[in-house]
Amino acid sequence: MSFWPLYVKETGAITSAKGALIMTESIPGIKFGEIVDVRLSNGEVKRGQAIDISKETTVVQVFGGVSEVDLVGSRVRCKGETLRLPVSIDILGRVFNGMGEAIDGGPPTVAEDYLDVNGEPINPASRLPPAEFIETGISAIDGLNSLVRGQKLPIFSASGLPHNRIVTQIVRQAQVRGREERFAIVFAAIGVSYNDASFFMKNLEETGARERAVLFINTASDPIIERIATPRLALTAAQYLAWKHGMHVLVILSDMTNYCEALRELSAMREEIPSRRGYPGYMYTDLATMYERAGRIAGEEGSVTIMPILTMPDDDITHPIPDLTGYITEGQIVLSRELERKGIYPPIDVFLSLSRMMKQGIGGGKTREDHNNVFMQLYAAYSEGCYLREISTIIGAEALAERDKIYLAAADRFEREFISQGEFERRRVEDTLDIGWGLFSMLPEEELKLISEEFINRYLPRHSEKI
Amino acid sequence: MGRIWRISGPLIIAEEMKGAQVYEIVEIGEEGLIGEIIGLEGDRAMIQAHEDTVGLEVGQGVSGMGRILTAELGPGIVGSIYDGLQKPLTVLMESGSFLKRGVKVSRLPRDRKWHFTPQVAAGDRVNGGDIIGTVPETELIEHRVMVPLGMGGVVKEIGEGDYTVEEPVAWVEVDGEVQGLTLMQEWPVRKPRPYKRRLAPSQLLITGMRIMDYMFPLALGGKAAIPGGFGTGKTVALQQLARWAQTHLNIYVGCGERGNEMADVLYSFRQLKDPSTGRLLQEKEVFLANTSNMPVVAREASIFVGITIAEYFRDMGYDILLVADSTSRWAEAMREVGGRLEEMPGEEGFPAYLGSRLSSFYERAGLVECEGSPQRRGSVTIVGAVSPPGADFSEPVTQNTLRIVDALYSLDVSLANRRHFPTISWLSSYSLYVDAVRDWWSNVAPEWEQTRATALKILQEEAGLEEIVRLVGPEALPEKDKLLLLVARMIREDFLMQSAYHEIDTYCLPQRAHSMLATILKFYELAGKLSEEGISVAEIRSSPLVYKISRMKDIPHDEFDDRIKQLWDEMEVGLVSHKGVA
Repeated sequence: MSFWPLYVKETGAITSAKGALIMTESIPGIKFGEIVDVRLSNGEVKRGQAIDISKETTVVQVFGGVSEVDLVGSRVRCKGETLRLPVSIDILGRVFNGMGEAIDGGPPTVAEDYLDVNGEPINPASRLPPAEFIETGISAIDGLNSLVRGQKLPIFSASGLPHNRIVTQIVRQAQVRGREERFAIVFAAIGVSYNDASFFMKNLEETGARERAVLFINTASDPIIERIATPRLALTAAQYLAWKHGMHVLVILSDMTNYCEALRELSAMREEIPSRRGYPGYMYTDLATMYERAGRIAGEEGSVTIMPILTMPDDDITHPIPDLTGYITEGQIVLSRELERKGIYPPIDVFLSLSRMMKQGIGGGKTREDHNNVFMQLYAAYSEGCYLREISTIIGAEALAERDKIYLAAADRFEREFISQGEFERRRVEDTLDIGWGLFSMLPEEELKLISEEFINRYLPRHSEKI
Repeated sequence: MGRIWRISGPLIIAEEMKGAQVYEIVEIGEEGLIGEIIGLEGDRAMIQAHEDTVGLEVGQGVSGMGRILTAELGPGIVGSIYDGLQKPLTVLMESGSFLKRGVKVSRLPRDRKWHFTPQVAAGDRVNGGDIIGTVPETELIEHRVMVPLGMGGVVKEIGEGDYTVEEPVAWVEVDGEVQGLTLMQEWPVRKPRPYKRRLAPSQLLITGMRIMDYMFPLALGGKAAIPGGFGTGKTVALQQLARWAQTHLNIYVGCGERGNEMADVLYSFRQLKDPSTGRLLQEKEVFLANTSNMPVVAREASIFVGITIAEYFRDMGYDILLVADSTSRWAEAMREVGGRLEEMPGEEGFPAYLGSRLSSFYERAGLVECEGSPQRRGSVTIVGAVSPPGADFSEPVTQNTLRIVDALYSLDVSLANRRHFPTISWLSSYSLYVDAVRDWWSNVAPEWEQTRATALKILQEEAGLEEIVRLVGPEALPEKDKLLLLVARMIREDFLMQSAYHEIDTYCLPQRAHSMLATILKFYELAGKLSEEGISVAEIRSSPLVYKISRMKDIPHDEFDDRIKQLWDEMEVGLVSHKGVA
């Protein structure tokens, strides 16, 4: 695909080449952040970006690394353009690489527009607060960590946990009830194995969502610098579909841990002062400029919802990657190895998980009037049960009072019946809430402190109906 | 007029900049991007750009504006939504939903007319800070027009009427020269506005949050920090403060935080009403929104623009609350610029001047006697959020902040996981204003000090007993301790826990907070007697009174006193010896 303008300037000599960076003599007229061509002696052309320019030198970061660059015959050519993605509605159903080039064997995109991959910040005053409930059909998400349109909600996973299966289940089932609207899926595979990428593609085929999806694939063997561009290309495509075509776009970025590792590697090449664990100090801002592209805009049809997936190194939620992500995103879905070992799917740790946008998306007219009360009471009861479980491992369940034994049993049932469900089971939000009420019927009624009496009378199964 | 020599992210080095001064504002390149000189070396100037620098070229022009970064002060500020450089975002919306760089807009509306009523007459002598008249800016804020600081003279002409911010409302003869006074003035944001004298804080800042007002009070003119890991409800706590704090004007600085949350704040403030006046909250708020995807360097400016606006309204004799979410993002902006300047880093890459820069912000809080006449007092209270990486409070921003502030509201992840909100920890928070507000509280509830101490002691003892429970189980404890655990739990769940989303519970007056806690302690006293007489705690726990106490939060404000009195009567009957538990 040719989105490079014809206007070209040639430059002087390369003075050093190391890691992914080359330094050249000053290039007149080069713009900060501009995309350049590096023409090697053997005729091969690599692409790069000017990341530090001055009257004396220009530093170019080379996509694909500096292998075979020499200081005599290689030349840098500028084109006066920053990194742009050619877009049109025909990108739906296509597969691109981390540079935005089609890799599905099809023709290049006939561009309707070329968009700057960095995007522009949404004016905070133009945003609409996200409030439309997305039903994923998964109880632990719909009931306790509800997702709304325009939200950015990551999945914090760890190696060996079934995040790919959960995401495909969400993609398969997610809907805003009672609405027939145009929606699209943008998937960016960032430094993942070929298997993971093809798992996802295969699933999209099977559910027939393939023609409503745009895929950007950067596998583990592709150059790390392209890894930095991949999520930006995906978000640019998503914003185009949302704001130009009024579509509701769900963006899946997998795996952002690979992205952050690439960022650290680059930062080290640039000899920057590292912050925590060697990650650059600007990682928060860098991630934020991407995740903040989610949202809804007043007066616009579409929306961009982002679901990044990241694997927590060593299952550590305080590691800089999940930590900085958690500060940017509107909550997180955290997967638990312990639940996984118990054979519970999806193994969602409901204590560590959180959706900050939930309150706006639930309640009468959106999900059901009792949703918030049920949510609060389920947390309270499960948390009591887990606390007692911890105590009972030391003193034995027999030494607990009767009331405490009930809570212990309720916690077990909560995990087996509420959290756990089939990979192809789609629960309506009402079903989810009713499972909650089923659990409440085990507890003494006066313990239901967090539910209003009105709802208790309306929804609590009578004692005869106890399951 | 200089030229760009080097561009490295937000850092620009320009040459041929002789005559420029540090912190001078410059316009860069063809689009005239705003930047600020942060250092000079020979004829070169180091510039931090407040806008994205992609696309700039070496050799493009840089022109000094001959002034340093200022805030524009005058009517039209209240209710506005600004970016970090005080550009009104609602005006920028006219050029699209996305922020373009290099757009120039005026900070205060130039065409709007304000009705000015003079308070001085021709022939009066006026000095800097004197109030010469008023403008009704919103229903809640009367804008008091002051003589710019450092100016003084005799009023030649002044008249009631409708003026824009640029039209003179008065003419003053200063050293034989007649100058016009307008409704608008400018002040450099990095320079604290002067006052006559600093006073010791003595009045409670009513926040409507029980754990703050009652347990760890904040005084008007105080400074506090709220550190907490992600998901600990920091933003909700700050929003609650900005909503309900009983001050004249609240300033909410969203510095490097989420856009959707900012949208939510803006949206909710257009719906919610101030509990004491019944007017829309928007009429007493100023918003500065510099979200995390907006230019990094402008984060620093947003904090200083916010505090300058706060001081300006303080000088009118108002009590101002400034909420900054989050100072950590501001510190990260400093780190980014410092790193590019290749400064010697301090801890974790932060510049060595992190501590002094933080103090230069927090030290601008205080209760003061304002400049000028009539005599008046005003205050600025600062509450800053800190976002420690990995919720580790030993990191530099938290530690440097703790050296400066006098109240700490420490947010606890484990409380958030249990969905106990607000997650302010009663074991690790503190307030040095307890003594300062003692007199204030004694007028509201004379037993405050005693009640507060008792409750904190119960919670402290609970923490000790918890460890034993983990070893031997709750059933093995003596009855006395079981009762203490029950009461501690009631204090936690029925008093400290407060829902930001509950119509009634979201805001709690100090008097009501006192009644609630006193009720729980009364229950403790009566139940203690019962327990001594051999009634088991299990039986006490199942009393309907326990349930009724837990519902105190839901009682509407107008019925509260009656219902609490009724509850006390029921306790006297239901928790009396020899009858068992009713």
